[in-house]
Amino acid sequence: MTSLLAAAAPATIPAPSIEYSQLAPMLVVFGAAVAGVLVEAFVPRDLRRSVHLLITFGSLAAAFVWTCVIAASPSIFANGSPGHVAAMGAVAVDRPTLFIQGTILVLAFVSVLLIADSSHDVSEFAGQAAAPPGSPEERAVLLAGLVHTEIYPLTLFAVGGMLLFPASNDLLTMFVALEVLSLPLYLLCGLARRRRLLSHEAAMKYFLLGAFSSTFFLFGIAMLYGFSGSVSLAAIASAASANTGSDTLLFAGIALTGLGLLFKIGAVPFQNWKPDVYQGAPTPVTALMASCTVVSAFGALLRVFYVAFGNLTWDWRPALWVVTVLTMVAGAVIAITQTDVKRLLAYSSIAHAGFILTAVISASVAGLSSSLFYLAVYGLTTVGAFAVITLVRDPGGEADHLSRWAGLGKRSPLVAGIFALFLLAFAGIPLTSGFTGKFAVFQAAIAGGATPLVIIGVLASAIAAFFYVRVIVLMFFSDPVEDGPEVVVPSVFTGTAVAVGAAATIILGIVPEPVLSLANHAATQLFVR
Amino acid sequence: MSPASYVFLAVILFGIGGVGVLVRRNAIVIFMCVELMLNACNLAFVSFARMWGNLDGQVVAFFVMVVAAAEVVVGLAILMAIYRARKSASVDDANLLKY
Repeated sequence: MTSLLAAAAPATIPAPSIEYSQLAPMLVVFGAAVAGVLVEAFVPRDLRRSVHLLITFGSLAAAFVWTCVIAASPSIFANGSPGHVAAMGAVAVDRPTLFIQGTILVLAFVSVLLIADSSHDVSEFAGQAAAPPGSPEERAVLLAGLVHTEIYPLTLFAVGGMLLFPASNDLLTMFVALEVLSLPLYLLCGLARRRRLLSHEAAMKYFLLGAFSSTFFLFGIAMLYGFSGSVSLAAIASAASANTGSDTLLFAGIALTGLGLLFKIGAVPFQNWKPDVYQGAPTPVTALMASCTVVSAFGALLRVFYVAFGNLTWDWRPALWVVTVLTMVAGAVIAITQTDVKRLLAYSSIAHAGFILTAVISASVAGLSSSLFYLAVYGLTTVGAFAVITLVRDPGGEADHLSRWAGLGKRSPLVAGIFALFLLAFAGIPLTSGFTGKFAVFQAAIAGGATPLVIIGVLASAIAAFFYVRVIVLMFFSDPVEDGPEVVVPSVFTGTAVAVGAAATIILGIVPEPVLSLANHAATQLFVR
Repeated sequence: MSPASYVFLAVILFGIGGVGVLVRRNAIVIFMCVELMLNACNLAFVSFARMWGNLDGQVVAFFVMVVAAAEVVVGLAILMAIYRARKSASVDDANLLKY
């Protein structure tokens, strides 16, 4: 009888152990996002913006400080351990991830400065997204001076997803993180106050293509699960090196997950969304996407290819070679014909993704550390450049068309000079951070045996330098256009963003050593398995 | 019937969905094709879970359902906004951003 009772009693399920202290940066950001939703519900309208700003900046700063505390923690990295796998194997806490998360938090902080700026317009975001453009409802909303304050929690959800995406140690967590970062971004893209049709179109294209690509990512996960019987990266790696199971499933899985990740970084066969979305989205959101999302997606790409497919380098390398060459060349060549500043920077971002991929391909410590460094410096320069774009304004919004930028150097030498500095950094001119980053990735690529890629990369940089310099010539050596755009005096928010970008570009160009050694230190033991 | 057949069925459904996304012109139909692809993924996960005899794949399927539901919320919101502004849900009519 007793044995029967014992058999009938349900087996005890062991409670999962969650290392809250190691997950705190992500939990703080997600918690703040949820608190932001509650603020929308309970705080009076005129107080909302200030409360949101407090929560958003506070949580990002707290998460950054906590990330630094974890990175300095002696217990996680004791006895030369590469890191710790937290939350029952779902989240990896290791040095490359912490470097990436720290970078994302800094870049997100600067991007939120742009999002929060309300000096030269009521806001960059629509008063009420549900009111159709040009309708009486929209007019009433404008007259009432309404502003969507939901952008702050949406941004925090996106940032939380970006923090989790490169840290996820199994593919299920990675897929969920990918969606958590993408869904708020789709919405943010569609919320521009001016040129709302363009903004809607960008949101729709981003949404449909993003959803399409994430199904490929998911189907790739299904194939890898079919191959190894697990979605954990380490289990996939050991199944791949044991060489049991079906090669068809394995290679289909590598190709499809790779496709999903390459879409997010905007590598060439999957780059079509990038110029449209960057152009149509509100500029602060473009800054957030062009810096944080790219860093996060590269972090996830590095983890998947270094951990799960680390033993299959010879199988995926040829395919990534082709993608890298196409990305660098197509990004640089198509950028030449662009006439819109944001679109130009989108193509430049595609070319830069190609430059980073040259280092990713080497699958080495040097490849990882140089990618980390490049992502950090490129992100800071990008945020600064988009911050400058928000300052050059026509009566109907930002003056995006390049012809409007003619002679800007004569009207406002400071703003044009800073923008020229960012362009020179994108081009990789010495004494800017872009040069150090490019030098590091190309050096890693040569050490990894990819000299032909580096030659193509240098040629693509030369092409890219042409159109960057063309913009500089246009700003400084053409006559100003009649009734040209107004260069507004930046508020504290945008001013800080521009200053941070410019300072980082110069300082990391002249004394890159501290951040370089930090990136090297972060990469020495690669990822935790 | 062996579980492997369901994997092939999943591949076929995924292919149908993928072709649908590429050839259809109405944004809602495209979105439904994406949902079909997500469900094909679920079918593959569940069949592989059966073949491996563990529960990981079934757990993934639950997560995918929730994610797909969240995607519907966001996607339909965007498509509604576009339809109200343009009185059209065709992806060919949204052609302001190009080259």
